Amino acid sequence: MNTLIFRTIAPYLTSLMVLFSIFVLLRGHNEPGGGFIGGLIAASAFAIYGIACGVSPVRRAIYFHPLGIAGFGLVLATLSGMLSVFFHVPFMTGLWGYVPIFEENVPVSTVLFFDIGVYFVVVGAITSVALALEERSRD
Amino acid sequence: MEILMALLVGVFFSVAVYLFLSRHIIRMLLGAAVLGNAVNLLIFTSGRLTPEAPPIIATGPAGTAEIMANPLPQALILTAIVISFSFFAFLLVLTYRAYQELETDDTDEMRFAEPRGQTLPPLEY
Amino acid sequence: MASPDTYPVDLSAAMITVPVHLADWLVVAPVALCIAAGAILMMLRKTTWMQAGASVVGLSLLVVVCGALLAHVLINGTVTMTMGRWLPPFGISFTVDILGASLTFVASIIALAAGIFGADDVDNSGRRYGFYPFLFLMMAGVIGAFLTGDIFNLYVWFEVLLISSFGLLILGSEPRQIDGATKYAFLNLVATTLFLIATGYLYGVFGTLNMADIMRKAPEMSETAPLLTLTAIYFMAFGMKAAAFPVNFWLPASYHTPRIVVSALFAGLLTKVGVYALLRVLIMLFPAERDMLGLVIAIVAALTMVFGALGALAQTDYRRLLGYLVISGIGVMLAGIALASMAGLSGTIFYAVHSMIVMTALYLVCGLTARIAGGFSLAEPADIYRSHLPLAALALMLLFAVSGLPPFSGFWPKAVLVKASLDVGEWWMAAAILLTGFLTTIAAGRVWILVYWRARQEADDGDASLVRLKPMVDYLPVALLTGLAVLLGVYPEPFLEMSQTAASQLIHPAAYIDSVFPAGGAE
Repeated sequence: MNTLIFRTIAPYLTSLMVLFSIFVLLRGHNEPGGGFIGGLIAASAFAIYGIACGVSPVRRAIYFHPLGIAGFGLVLATLSGMLSVFFHVPFMTGLWGYVPIFEENVPVSTVLFFDIGVYFVVVGAITSVALALEERSRD
Repeated sequence: MEILMALLVGVFFSVAVYLFLSRHIIRMLLGAAVLGNAVNLLIFTSGRLTPEAPPIIATGPAGTAEIMANPLPQALILTAIVISFSFFAFLLVLTYRAYQELETDDTDEMRFAEPRGQTLPPLEY
Repeated sequence: MASPDTYPVDLSAAMITVPVHLADWLVVAPVALCIAAGAILMMLRKTTWMQAGASVVGLSLLVVVCGALLAHVLINGTVTMTMGRWLPPFGISFTVDILGASLTFVASIIALAAGIFGADDVDNSGRRYGFYPFLFLMMAGVIGAFLTGDIFNLYVWFEVLLISSFGLLILGSEPRQIDGATKYAFLNLVATTLFLIATGYLYGVFGTLNMADIMRKAPEMSETAPLLTLTAIYFMAFGMKAAAFPVNFWLPASYHTPRIVVSALFAGLLTKVGVYALLRVLIMLFPAERDMLGLVIAIVAALTMVFGALGALAQTDYRRLLGYLVISGIGVMLAGIALASMAGLSGTIFYAVHSMIVMTALYLVCGLTARIAGGFSLAEPADIYRSHLPLAALALMLLFAVSGLPPFSGFWPKAVLVKASLDVGEWWMAAAILLTGFLTTIAAGRVWILVYWRARQEADDGDASLVRLKPMVDYLPVALLTGLAVLLGVYPEPFLEMSQTAASQLIHPAAYIDSVFPAGGAE
């Protein structure tokens, strides 16, 4: 798969897919999308980059170890569920707040942070599996 | 429609069982993938197959519940798909490693954990 | 979009409006703690120097939280917390009765013992690979399964513990481990898929997944719905997870391959989760259908225990022998489920606690022994009685306990089960339990004589006494668990009483239903 065209396009394709994955993640609350599918898109972006340019550039590019990213997502998701302890409501209750950004009240919720956590878990776990498979097929 | 789906689920299950009975891990892996889909399809079918209406009951006169599909089985298979997907990813890596390290994908020759010719324990002290 | 409070809907019809007490958070605290600790350790995998210390602190905290939960349940009765404020059966409920709380508490103690032992047994490469994060995530799965009150959620926790157990199983990646893990993975996949199929049908029949809700609806459905089929599929699925006789071959194929501390954890926790699920589904949800399957369960139970004991007799490898002893113990637990009387169930619950403690401790002792003897073979005399007397003494106590000899923990549950079988006239079940005890005693006694007592033939016995065991990391966890086994043996009264209360809560689940649906609740 090391053709010139693929290698040239892969970085652009990867960045576009990561951007799209974030878009899918954020629209996910009321429309199709969300953390899981967004994470899958991002993970396949890294997989494509890995196929084109090799595994070690991908590892350098994402800087953190994929499983570390998954761990971060898990912590984020758990903490967003634990936040409800301060409001005397059960675990994992969705709590909403409104943050004014550019005179627009943007709703921010624990659900959103939970979804971002899911996103990181999926990105980390699937990327680590994909990179492990790609690494071995080379030697 | 439901009958067709039920038949399809049956076909999926028999394919999965057939593949599972193979000695080669790669076929068992494919069997695992088909098995996961068979179950998901089964649960999906049990939640009624109707394209007519979204599962939201409007305020006012009720009684429209019959024409819409139950959304919960779809949520359940979403979870089940995620789980069977991660399961499949793990099994893929595992069988690949097994093929590399053990140099076989035939389960009859995989005798590393339980080697042949095990002796009985000593009978005297 | 508008804030949820402005909708013209009566929210109290769908949501919990009562504020939640801080004490009720104990219900989810063990799981949340495990997930958070596992995730944080996963992020810090590279810092191998602090993994063991931080994990022992985290696991000690887990023991405290689980103990507090058990105390809370003992004082205040069954407690429920429903996720996300949705009223049950729409929200996922965690419902904790004495059975769940006590098994959770014992599981946390076992995890602590394994965590301490792992400080010495798991080297830096194993830590970098993620032994401790996987340990915590597996504990999250085990504890989640013990505490949840929703049957699909139970499936999810089964998968959580299964996937983390894969990670633990292939720690080290030797050919043996990959071989064992392959068989373990495929057969457990079949078991959980059966579980999922049954759950799909169950939702199709009942339209609910909440266990308390199912219990309310089951009596009136038993005439019209195929509940017997459902129960049979559940029995098959959980029987496979618990390693019951015809479907148990994944256990002896895989339990002896990973690191010894991982084997110890698996032996203590995984099969017992299967037994727990059998208790929940067969006894609590579908008692009428279980009665129809009673004879099948009884035959499976008797075959499992005798098969396990005979398998143990035939082994020359210490670890594989222990794997068969695990199976034999599962057979004894199934006997109580087959009897389904109050005494039988309390025997099962007590035996599960005993087996969790003793099997974990035995695997740990076996690991220490192998470190001294240089292998797991029973054919090589190790002469440990002379070089490491405390280890030989601990091993003797644990082997007596697993055989069911007094005054150790295995005696009382077996006595209860034998009496329960004779009470209902199942003399052959009593005979099977006694025969198993006899065969296990032979197998265990032979291990002790061959490995610990027998003197070396050659004169060069200097090398064995050179191996030093560290008192804090090597002896402490084993001594802790052995102490518990002795305590259960010499002072069984409170534990017997607790297991009887747990059994009566399973047979008469009114308190469980009341806890989920207070005062009748919404239909």
